[in-house]
Amino acid sequence: MRVLLVDDETDLASALAERLDMRGIEADWVNSGQEALECAAKSHYDLAVLDLKMPKIGGLELKARMQALYPHMKFIFLTGYGSEKDFETVACESGERCYLVKPVEIEDLVRLMRELTKNRGNSQ
Amino acid sequence: MNLLSSIKPDFWKVRPDSPGTSRYLFNYRRIWKWSVLLTGIVSLLPLIFITLVDYKVTEQAFESEFRLRAARLVSNTRRVVGFFLAERRAALDFIVRDNPPQALTDPARLATILEGLQKSFGGGFMDLGVIGADGQQETYVGPFSLQDKDYHEQAWFQMVVDRGVYVSDVFLGFRQVPHMIIAVRQNMSNGSFQVLRASLGIGPFEDLLANMELGGLGDAFMVNGRGVLQTHSRTFGSVLETMSLPVPEYHPSTQVVYGVNETGERLQIGYCFIEDTPFILMIVKKQQDLMRGWHRTRLELILFLVFSVTLILGVILGTATYMVHNIHLADEKRLMSLHHLEYSNKLASIGRMAASVAHEINNPLAIINEKAGLIKDLFTIKQLYAGDAKLIGLVDSILGSVKRAGKITKRLLTFARNLEATVEDVQLDELVREVFSFVDKEAQVRDIHIDVDVSPAWIAIRSDRGKLQQIFLNIVNNAFAAVEDGGHLRVQVRPEDGAQGVVLSFCDDGCGIPAEDVHRIFEPFFSTKTGKGGTGLGLSITYNLVHEIGGRIDVTSEAGKGTCFTIHLPTDIGILKGRNHEGAAGG
Repeated sequence: MRVLLVDDETDLASALAERLDMRGIEADWVNSGQEALECAAKSHYDLAVLDLKMPKIGGLELKARMQALYPHMKFIFLTGYGSEKDFETVACESGERCYLVKPVEIEDLVRLMRELTKNRGNSQ
Repeated sequence: MNLLSSIKPDFWKVRPDSPGTSRYLFNYRRIWKWSVLLTGIVSLLPLIFITLVDYKVTEQAFESEFRLRAARLVSNTRRVVGFFLAERRAALDFIVRDNPPQALTDPARLATILEGLQKSFGGGFMDLGVIGADGQQETYVGPFSLQDKDYHEQAWFQMVVDRGVYVSDVFLGFRQVPHMIIAVRQNMSNGSFQVLRASLGIGPFEDLLANMELGGLGDAFMVNGRGVLQTHSRTFGSVLETMSLPVPEYHPSTQVVYGVNETGERLQIGYCFIEDTPFILMIVKKQQDLMRGWHRTRLELILFLVFSVTLILGVILGTATYMVHNIHLADEKRLMSLHHLEYSNKLASIGRMAASVAHEINNPLAIINEKAGLIKDLFTIKQLYAGDAKLIGLVDSILGSVKRAGKITKRLLTFARNLEATVEDVQLDELVREVFSFVDKEAQVRDIHIDVDVSPAWIAIRSDRGKLQQIFLNIVNNAFAAVEDGGHLRVQVRPEDGAQGVVLSFCDDGCGIPAEDVHRIFEPFFSTKTGKGGTGLGLSITYNLVHEIGGRIDVTSEAGKGTCFTIHLPTDIGILKGRNHEGAAGG
């Protein structure tokens, strides 16, 4: 599984990527939406972990753009806000949990990644 | 006093200087007083004025009517009496013209004439006499022995000589019987004269006056110019006695005047002077008797006024009280709504702020979390520093603190989220424990023992989570304020007996509420913590929140022993709202 981490907090993104690596998940990280689009164009990713609030291109917009280009790709949002009904309906596929509230437990994140990619495998 | 306080409206107890709504609103007592005063003035003044005017007009009408009636009666009687005397005087005048002087001195002829007069005029003529120019009675026919009586020194004789005709007042004379005389001079061809004199008894006069329609209320009689009674009076004495009233002033026409008798009673006196006679006709009535009808009318008028004033005052007091009471209620409701709104806005602001703070803290926390996590991963997964227990301990401590801080920010976020009105499945045990987590620290510090007992049968209900959280938090805060350090708070959740609902009770062993205040604790602005930071709104808002989610809240308390709040909630607020809606549509 290849994962792209997008967060404007470099420290967070880099540490998280390294921890995922240690758990056998190949993770690249970038600091902005623009970099994410460029990176996705170069490599294949199964899943993207997006920060909800980022300068210029926010998490929701980035998801919409990447989903249009790479329909197979799954998305997980990391948010500093609590869950919001509106957010859920806009961001998540129906019936799926697609976000975690910061600070996240690494094991929760890994579990969710596996769940989402497994679902994709089933649906395909 | 008790009756007065029981009918006293609520707004009367609101004093302008008392804490509470009146500080912001109106002075209800003042509004009530001014309403009553102004309405009273505009309603009662015209009524009293009209009644007084009517009183005076009616009284004057009564007086005027009686005055007119008295004047009419006196005038009519005067005409009758005047005619009576004029008729007899004319008869004598005719006799002296029709009979030569010698014929009148003939006793037989005179007797015939007397008999004729008595037959023609009925009673009245007692005798006839002819008196010569020397005053000596020459001929006399009648029941008394008056032959040869000498009248030349009598005043009346001189007057008849001077005037030609004379009507006397009543006197006793030689016969010692009350009578009056009419005398006419008969001139003779030799220049001398003789006088024909007739005596009349007062019986016909008295009959005349006695037959008058006085209605049993008056006294009709005649007096002469010296106030000597000429006929019998029921009130003032018998014939030839002097009446106690002053002699009325001369006036050519009928007069009605007012005077008082010896006992001070007011009298209405109608009188007139009968022309060419010494008589004054008087009809005297007591004013009190005359006005008896007026007194009845006056009593009716006063009763009407008292009844009207009482009725109007009653209506004014009732209406003013009702209206000011409604204003007071409306103001209270409006103010309550304003404060509720203010409270909701405040909560919403707190929610937004909490969310913002949580977000801002969550990001650095996330970084710390990942960095510390990475360190730990390096230790544990890569086994580089696996043997260094101290370092692992330090990292675990950092991660533990991050976890704790994360819990706090998540709780803040949940709180903010719950402010949105949504109906969802609520785990009551979870919610109660969540609320207690807000006060965990205080409970630990103050050693307050919290006991939660939730019946497993009714753990989940459908309701508004946010409102329930606010309700529980308010009641728990209230209990914490009431209990001493080391106190107890017991929460029980159980199914409601015989109903589709659940009952939550929050019982503490705190200071309790005095019996006289228990029924007021849900009133807005009522606080036993005045001056200690209490706004008096917490329980009032709680009460409203419970009603908003279809429940009800009761309180039992005993001063010094503790307080129990019992909340009854429906198991599904959606069903309740549906029912309410159907009920509203049906009604």
